[in-house]
Amino acid sequence: MTDLGLWGIPIAMLGGALRVSVPFLFVSLGECITERSGRINLGLEGVLVFGAMAGYAMSYKTGNAWLGIVAAALAGTALGLLHGLLCSLRRVNDIAIGIALMLFGLGLAFFFGKPYVQPKAPMLPDIALGGWSPWPAVRAALDVSPLLLIGIVAGFALNYAFRSTRWGLHVRVVGDSADAARALGLHVNRIRIFATAIGGGFAGVGGSFLSLAYPGSWNEALSSGQGLMAIALVIFARWRPLACLGAAFLFGGAGAIGPSLQAAGISSGYYLFNAAPYVLTLGLLIATSSPRRKLAGAPGELGRQT
Amino acid sequence: MRLGLPVASLVVAGLLFGLFILAVGRDPLAVYALIWRGGFGSGFAWQNTLSRASPIILTALAVAIPARMGLIQIGGEGALALGGLAASLTGIAAGSGSPVATQALMLIASMAAGGAWIAAVGALKHYRGVNETISSLLLAYIAIALFNHLVEGPFKDPGSLNKPSTRPLDAAVMIGSIPGLDVHWGLAAGVVLCLLAGFVLKHTRYGFALDTIGANPRVALLAGLPVGPAIVAGCFAGGAAAGLAGGFEVAAVNGNANTSLIVGYGYTGILVAFVARHQPLAILPVALLFGGIGASSGLLQRRLDLPDATVLVLQGVAFLVILAADPVAEIVGNRLRRSAA
Repeated sequence: MTDLGLWGIPIAMLGGALRVSVPFLFVSLGECITERSGRINLGLEGVLVFGAMAGYAMSYKTGNAWLGIVAAALAGTALGLLHGLLCSLRRVNDIAIGIALMLFGLGLAFFFGKPYVQPKAPMLPDIALGGWSPWPAVRAALDVSPLLLIGIVAGFALNYAFRSTRWGLHVRVVGDSADAARALGLHVNRIRIFATAIGGGFAGVGGSFLSLAYPGSWNEALSSGQGLMAIALVIFARWRPLACLGAAFLFGGAGAIGPSLQAAGISSGYYLFNAAPYVLTLGLLIATSSPRRKLAGAPGELGRQT
Repeated sequence: MRLGLPVASLVVAGLLFGLFILAVGRDPLAVYALIWRGGFGSGFAWQNTLSRASPIILTALAVAIPARMGLIQIGGEGALALGGLAASLTGIAAGSGSPVATQALMLIASMAAGGAWIAAVGALKHYRGVNETISSLLLAYIAIALFNHLVEGPFKDPGSLNKPSTRPLDAAVMIGSIPGLDVHWGLAAGVVLCLLAGFVLKHTRYGFALDTIGANPRVALLAGLPVGPAIVAGCFAGGAAAGLAGGFEVAAVNGNANTSLIVGYGYTGILVAFVARHQPLAILPVALLFGGIGASSGLLQRRLDLPDATVLVLQGVAFLVILAADPVAEIVGNRLRRSAA
């Protein structure tokens, strides 16, 4: 009993979705923290790719993939910090800084990453969660990366932090009303810089998944825009960390439909499946926006010029 | 003073980039010299620079015009791709019977496609309250997916194996170069449109209306201005410029539509528009500068064996420094004044 027939397609899709969704998960959690503090970081694409390069390089140099993940987190935090600091200046547009950061991050990643395109770095080993199953397809689908588990735990931890910790409350107050935060004696810029730096760290880890787990190599075409789409994910998730898990899985699933259909011999419509979540997000925005009020769940300070 | 700050911030960006080059163990002076030579040092360099500047000018206009109404749209990359595709399909359909008519149709089609795409962003903003930055980003992604689907599917040239493309245009309908410059006509179109946009924004009622909407949409409504149609029209104009950039890349450079259209001109255009403070006339020198930096990439690679991403680092540093220059100058100015008093 090793052939699952047509069941192979959804199982392969599930496995694909579990893999493809990890970078989405980390960038969306990172962007979620940043946006809850009242700022948008559009530069996570550059942060993600820089993190992917830093992680791969560190893993190659030290022979330890986990040190690579740490390096990616630090690299991402550094770029996030840069965004946070620059946006604390008055009358600086966070969108423009974000796009400039994207170019800068991509530039740094490609500049320093050139020598690492050829050599093979140690990969992060998977955890076999499917050992109970007699079917190889199921076992293959349930070979999950430890980063997936870390991402899920991080989602729950963030949800708890936003709800029930002083730190989460501070970020939320700063994001909803800078004036109220100041009245409470909070340092608005300091909290936003911190939130943007942490957000960058998450995106860096998301990038290291691309280079150290799946697809598991470093080259200049590694990312397919996962960082750029962090914004869409966070809107889709309504700025809630737990919903980010669902959104990442949905976006990852849509990305996995194409390859599994291709494996089943259906090759057209690949790009349209990939774009489906963006159409869905746009539809959701159109359906729920109104010219007279902000989106439900959106932090009050988002998009406000300082 | 108005020119002093941009020049000073460029000098600072250059110095920071020099430190970066020094830190990786190279000679900054040699790199500066090669960037100058590769971007502006010869006729060939200028030709390369101007060819790169022309799509950037047009995609920057696509950001600058809506920005005057307070709309930050960032979907130029998608409008450019669709404009290029529209030009290619129109050129194939129209044939080469009357080259001039076909060329005109291609450019009109590219403007219509790009214009409609960004006009939708403006309409969604005004009539539904959808945030224009996010909707334009989503629409750009959707446009590029649609582009890839059509280029690799229904409109694929069966002969294009390695790089799926639309069928090539007939050589007779390709748009030529500006005589004496050897740069395609897209550059002239960009310059003319910047001059036109500068004039319209500064000296006409429509321009005044856009600036009023940008300053305060509610006041504009109370003053009886047709805010909705003005926003949609302004966004259409911007999108048409980005679409035209794609149209020229297809009809004057590549001859067919494929992924070589999607190389980030849209994103560079956003930053150029911000650096130019959304002033159409200021777009021209800024686009020239960043076109020149891009053009020097090949020379840096060949002569110094530096990665081609070197210029990307310089562009990133320059954009970050220039965007942050204004408030930093203000802070420094205040400190100086306080210490003098």
